Amino acid sequence: MTSVLLERAPWETAPALPRLLGTGRKLAEHREAYGGIPLRTFAGEEGRARLIQEVTQAGLRGRGGAGFPTGRKLASVASGKKTPVVLANGCESEPASRKDKTLLTHAPHLVLDGAVLAAHAVGAEKVIICVERGGSLPERLERELAQRKGDPVKWQIARIPRRYVSSEESALVHFVNSGDGRPIAVPPRPYERGVDGRPTLVDNVETLGHIALIARYGPDWFRELGTQTDPGSTLVTIGGAVAQPNVYEIVPGMRIGEVLDAAGGATEPLGAVLVGGYFGTWVPMPEGWSMPLSHDRTGPGGVTLGAGAIFALPADACGLAETARITRYLAEESAEQCGPCMFGLPAIADDLRSVAFGRCGPATRQRLMRRIEMVSGRGACRHPDGATRFATSALTAFAEDLETHLNGWTCSGVSRDPMLPLPKARDRGWR
Amino acid sequence: MTSPSEDPPRLQVNPIACVAHGVCRELLPERITMDEWGYPIVDGSPLPADLVAHARRAVAACPTLALRVDGKLARRR
Repeated sequence: MTSVLLERAPWETAPALPRLLGTGRKLAEHREAYGGIPLRTFAGEEGRARLIQEVTQAGLRGRGGAGFPTGRKLASVASGKKTPVVLANGCESEPASRKDKTLLTHAPHLVLDGAVLAAHAVGAEKVIICVERGGSLPERLERELAQRKGDPVKWQIARIPRRYVSSEESALVHFVNSGDGRPIAVPPRPYERGVDGRPTLVDNVETLGHIALIARYGPDWFRELGTQTDPGSTLVTIGGAVAQPNVYEIVPGMRIGEVLDAAGGATEPLGAVLVGGYFGTWVPMPEGWSMPLSHDRTGPGGVTLGAGAIFALPADACGLAETARITRYLAEESAEQCGPCMFGLPAIADDLRSVAFGRCGPATRQRLMRRIEMVSGRGACRHPDGATRFATSALTAFAEDLETHLNGWTCSGVSRDPMLPLPKARDRGWR
Repeated sequence: MTSPSEDPPRLQVNPIACVAHGVCRELLPERITMDEWGYPIVDGSPLPADLVAHARRAVAACPTLALRVDGKLARRR
């Protein structure tokens, strides 16, 4: 908020990080460190309104990717006529991200406290925790929930199909309502009409963790870190050619190079960094080193942290081949409900594959550009737009490589093993 | 806040309901083109008065009720 904050690099004012991670896995540890849920501080109608106000003043933005102001979403849901429902989104279907799973493992009770507070703020009686099915996480959460006595909400765990688009908010609502994990056309949006036709607050689990801290320490404390428009700390998953790939808590406003240094720095010369996962943007390196990262879009490519997946690609890997492979995956993950996604994404993936591996020429590029433009903005959900954003950024970031490929030269990078991660387990159906 | 009826009429397609019959393209080529897979690309800018009746005819003819003038997307399921 203050000019002092802006004069200094944002992270120089950092009190001890982490804020979110390292709060204790067990309920007893968590309560010892943080005490109970401060519901009494926000008692009654006045208290609920004050809680929403504090989240708004804190400037917290959603950590699920879109970066929407959380306080505004709370206020919208709270103003509905029916009793709302809270969906805590911990699905994290993004293969390059595991910050939500990490948070739910290392600090589950911080997230659950935040969900209780969010439910209190909007007047909800029920919280549904959405996590991908399979693995041990759903059962571990069941056990932690059983430990918690006296929470003023009814808990439920929804086990969501392992599909890329099933973690999108309309898909979560659709699954909870009908058992079908495909996105549905909006409007009405979940905050207007969601689970059982009720106003539904869909918040990422990290967002809820921040709410739990803001309720305890206040908006000014929250704003001690970060930028004016994107305050606080944020979780990122750093992968690729860095010394220690892992989940880290960073501060919005940090530069790409500094974020990579948090993971021990690059282990070889980098060609590009993918910021924001598979709906994200390729940033060429080393030029991109000093680009600040936050939930505000930066630079001509509109780079944003999104859900915080950051991947360092070595200079001798082929960004076009990586992009072609991931675009194929995104095409396969289409819910095949609308034409632009069902036909457009496979066609774009085919063209990218031709560019990366096969025989192609200027006509291939023209067709690819035309198809990207044709699909953009026409999907039922944001899946095709996310995929085309990713493809477009590759054509820009790897423009020189593109010329080489189009002129029929072989690229040594295509023979390197694929780097960007794909999920090991994928569901086929939607139920 | 203006109510939907006060907004100028616009064409919208529900991309999930649309299965590319292509009737709308036949009836309203002024506002609807096709992508290479036969799905409509709809110009969503305000409809001029002389096209509104044609647009409503195209809406009425859509076999899956995917096309709408004005307003919110059809709710499905």
